[in-house]
Amino acid sequence: MNKKIFLFDWISFSLMIMLIIIGLVNIYSSTFNTNSSFFDFTIPVGKQFIFLNICVFFSLIILLINSKSFGKYSSIIYLISIFLLIGVLFFGKNISGATSWFSIGGLSFQPSEFAKLTTSLAVAKILSEIQTNIKKMKFLFQLSLVIIIPAVLIILQPDPGTALIFSGFFFVLFREGLSYYYLLIFSIGLIVFILTLLLDIMVIISMIFILTSLLYLVARKLNKKTSINPYLASISISIFFAFSSIYLFNNIFEQRHRDRFNIILGKEVDSKGIGYNINQSIIAIGSGGFDGKGFLQGTQTKGNFVPEQHTDFIFSTIGEEWGFSGSVTVIFIFTLLILRITQRAEKQKNKFSRIYSYSLASILSVHFFINIGMSLGLIPSIGIPLPFISYGGSSLLNFTCMMFIYFNLDTNRLN
Amino acid sequence: MIRIFFLRFFIIITFLIFIFRLINLQLLNPNYETISNINAIIEISDYPERGLIYDRNNKIIVGNQPVYDLMTVPENIKTFDTTSLANLLGISEKILKNKITQAKNFSKRLPSIILDQIPKEEYAVVQEHMWKFEGFFIQRRSIRDYKVNSGANFLGYISEVNKIDLRKNKEYELGELIGRQGIEKSYENILKGKKGKKFLQKDRFNRIIGSYNEKKFDIPKQNASNLILTIDSELQTYGELLMKNKRGGIVAIEPSSGEVLALITSPSYDPMLLVGNDRSINYGALSKDTISKPLFDRGLQAQYSPGSPFKVINALVALQEKVIEPKLTFKCNKGHYYAKNAFMKCHCEFDTNNDLNTAIYNSCNTYFAKTFTKIINKFSDSKKGVDQWKNHIESFGLGDYLGYDLPIGKKGFVPNSDYYSKFYKNNSWGASTIISNSIGQGEILTTPIQLANIASTIANRGFYYTPHFLKSSNSPGLNKVYEKKNTSIDSIHFETIIEGMFQVVEKGTAKIAKIKGIEVCGKTGTAENFTKINNIKTQLTDHSIFMAFAPKKNPKIAIAVFIENGYWGSRWAAPISSLLIEKYLEKEVKRKWLEKKMINGSLQNEYIKPYLNKSFKINE
Repeated sequence: MNKKIFLFDWISFSLMIMLIIIGLVNIYSSTFNTNSSFFDFTIPVGKQFIFLNICVFFSLIILLINSKSFGKYSSIIYLISIFLLIGVLFFGKNISGATSWFSIGGLSFQPSEFAKLTTSLAVAKILSEIQTNIKKMKFLFQLSLVIIIPAVLIILQPDPGTALIFSGFFFVLFREGLSYYYLLIFSIGLIVFILTLLLDIMVIISMIFILTSLLYLVARKLNKKTSINPYLASISISIFFAFSSIYLFNNIFEQRHRDRFNIILGKEVDSKGIGYNINQSIIAIGSGGFDGKGFLQGTQTKGNFVPEQHTDFIFSTIGEEWGFSGSVTVIFIFTLLILRITQRAEKQKNKFSRIYSYSLASILSVHFFINIGMSLGLIPSIGIPLPFISYGGSSLLNFTCMMFIYFNLDTNRLN
Repeated sequence: MIRIFFLRFFIIITFLIFIFRLINLQLLNPNYETISNINAIIEISDYPERGLIYDRNNKIIVGNQPVYDLMTVPENIKTFDTTSLANLLGISEKILKNKITQAKNFSKRLPSIILDQIPKEEYAVVQEHMWKFEGFFIQRRSIRDYKVNSGANFLGYISEVNKIDLRKNKEYELGELIGRQGIEKSYENILKGKKGKKFLQKDRFNRIIGSYNEKKFDIPKQNASNLILTIDSELQTYGELLMKNKRGGIVAIEPSSGEVLALITSPSYDPMLLVGNDRSINYGALSKDTISKPLFDRGLQAQYSPGSPFKVINALVALQEKVIEPKLTFKCNKGHYYAKNAFMKCHCEFDTNNDLNTAIYNSCNTYFAKTFTKIINKFSDSKKGVDQWKNHIESFGLGDYLGYDLPIGKKGFVPNSDYYSKFYKNNSWGASTIISNSIGQGEILTTPIQLANIASTIANRGFYYTPHFLKSSNSPGLNKVYEKKNTSIDSIHFETIIEGMFQVVEKGTAKIAKIKGIEVCGKTGTAENFTKINNIKTQLTDHSIFMAFAPKKNPKIAIAVFIENGYWGSRWAAPISSLLIEKYLEKEVKRKWLEKKMINGSLQNEYIKPYLNKSFKINE
């Protein structure tokens, strides 16, 4: 036991605690009104404090579990979460347009948060099995299903933001040997997607043709034996992406999503409508200056100008009240935490531990990238929380549990 | 390698992008700070109550009164009974609905006025019923309240700033009030105080949710200063009463200080007319009255021939220039020929020998015409003579603004040699050409305040203090000291003149002005005047003029009275002056019969004459 205390990843633990404290302080400030106290359990900060206690309880249980059990029971846990995701579609509670919550008593529970944990375990389990070869289509297909099934179920809620988090597993697969082609396809897909939204489809197709032909001609000049097939393939893939983007954009996306993309891409200027949230968030952050307006002093925050400020837009409170110094501190802590987990992951002898840790780091990264990117007005408004900081019991519980599974695996790395 | 570091690479790039973006937003782009201020903080002005105005006896003349505006924030309006609200406010339902629509069009979240300036009495009733009408509220405001129905001319009025004011003075905001005339304009900066600023925290629905930053940035308002005027409100009111149905101007000054005791113009108006909702209608009506001109301050702006009172000035100049001496006599034969075939009439008997004293109290035209001729002809060139004369006259404050602290006035007119050389070609003019000036007719023009200032100068035996209207204020640094202004006439000569003026009242032309127990010195005047009817110069009944001061020793009040078309001086001007002197010095007027006669006397018949479109008689 003594040895375990030394092996425990105190650095990550401290970074996590810091983020949780920062979260509590800023939830308090975001929802502050003069007659609220820190431990009033009817207001968000008080509730978050209760959630924190629940997290401590679960964390302790996780620490007591034998580290081998996580792999062993991962399939069952995964299946439970899939059933919960299906169940929530039928029995869930609809809050602001999405059927994402189970409501039991006074507590609400979001199975989609839980799915991040279970999918991580499942992916780690499959990839760590000896016979798995990621290069083989069969395994890749199996893995894809494991990732895509919960994502699709979450899209059905509909909560496309949370579903997007599952794209984080791309980092895991790539780390574990996914072909570069997929990286290429992934990148081309992203570029084509953004370009399609910006430009006319015919312009895109002609650009693809011209670009690929030029590339082919150059390659041909350098090497007479260059095959035309990969170029034809990339042209067809690109065109396929372009059309599917348009299909996705016009048929799958809801108007609010389309609007959000349009605003970020600069196609629409609308500071009071759809772009309002992001615009207000930018203003709040911008008004913070170097050292911020001080705790409880944020005028944008106090005026409730930024909607959902204690949940998805909590970073704007940090930006306004703690300024550049505070914002950089938070970003730095996140970066350190993710880098720390990634670095520890690489050191794991156990493949399961490594892949799980990597999944955790990847999911944290996507959250970090999307949430803060959105608050800073760099990407469209996508409703996902900032881990450990945003108000929300399910999110906090999920991330602490994931962290403690990581702590458990990491502490037992020598066994 | 790439596979191992890909995620780390991604996270570091993300880190850098975020830092770059934060630098851009928080450190390099100061605009966001201001936008934040516009967004979340509402800056409102905190107005101090306008300063109060007191008279010289500390009696309040201008105060403030609360009025109540019914306001609405349209988005807060719940269904309500329009009929009952309209009835409560005493307006038609249609107007009410229109007002609400206008408010909605302006802004759903910002307050608009539905009905402004609900009087105190109605406010109580409206307030009682307000609970029935959600979304409406009552806001208190303060407007002027005139405690005395007099002095509108010099008190001035206030009204909302217009675009020109806003351009001229950045301190003002739309909807603020500014002094427009009189004291309100002259002392605008003191009366308005200094508005403060309050910063309030708004939420995104524009609802005010409290003070910003514990009022740390609020700028407290500075209370306005009160003014104590030199005006004696009772004298002013009494003067306006005496001027009923007469046109003209009266100015009374305390000689020892230059403090203006009363500035009366007639007709005037009730100052309350320019307060409240009907201000612009009333103002329009007043300004459209181009016949009796109630907005024209005759005390400051009307330029009249001074008439006979001006004779004493000429006498003083002559004494100073040593062209006459008190004992010198001139013969008057019901007038005299001042040039070939040019006779100036006088009411003296045949073969009257007047010395200076008798000439003054009998107001002998001949004496002063000859005196004036002597002044002009003292020099080889009548140009020099006129200019020398003019310099003396100007030392009494004539021919220019006096420099008092009200925004309006007229210079009057004192002719000089250039003026005559331009008018009469080839220098074909001399003393006889301009002889009318000797008796205060002709080119010379004065305003009542200038003539009052002359009375004051004579009372002081040769000097005056610039007439002014502000006695003191509780604003530091404002209490201006007015310097003594000496005339070019030696003090000794005034005693001679004053004796003559004393005799005017004792046994001369203005015996009616005599007050028991007070030695009054005065000089009557009867000035010809003309108007144009259908472009034809037409003479009207003479103006009745009187200039006086009292008591003879240690004078307390100097006064000038002009009664338009009042005929001779002792008919209206002298008794009115006398009553005002009595009122001021004795506080009570004993000569009730005279008072009654003056108050009831009307000159309206004279004033209609030019508009009757038929020939009329003057000086009836």
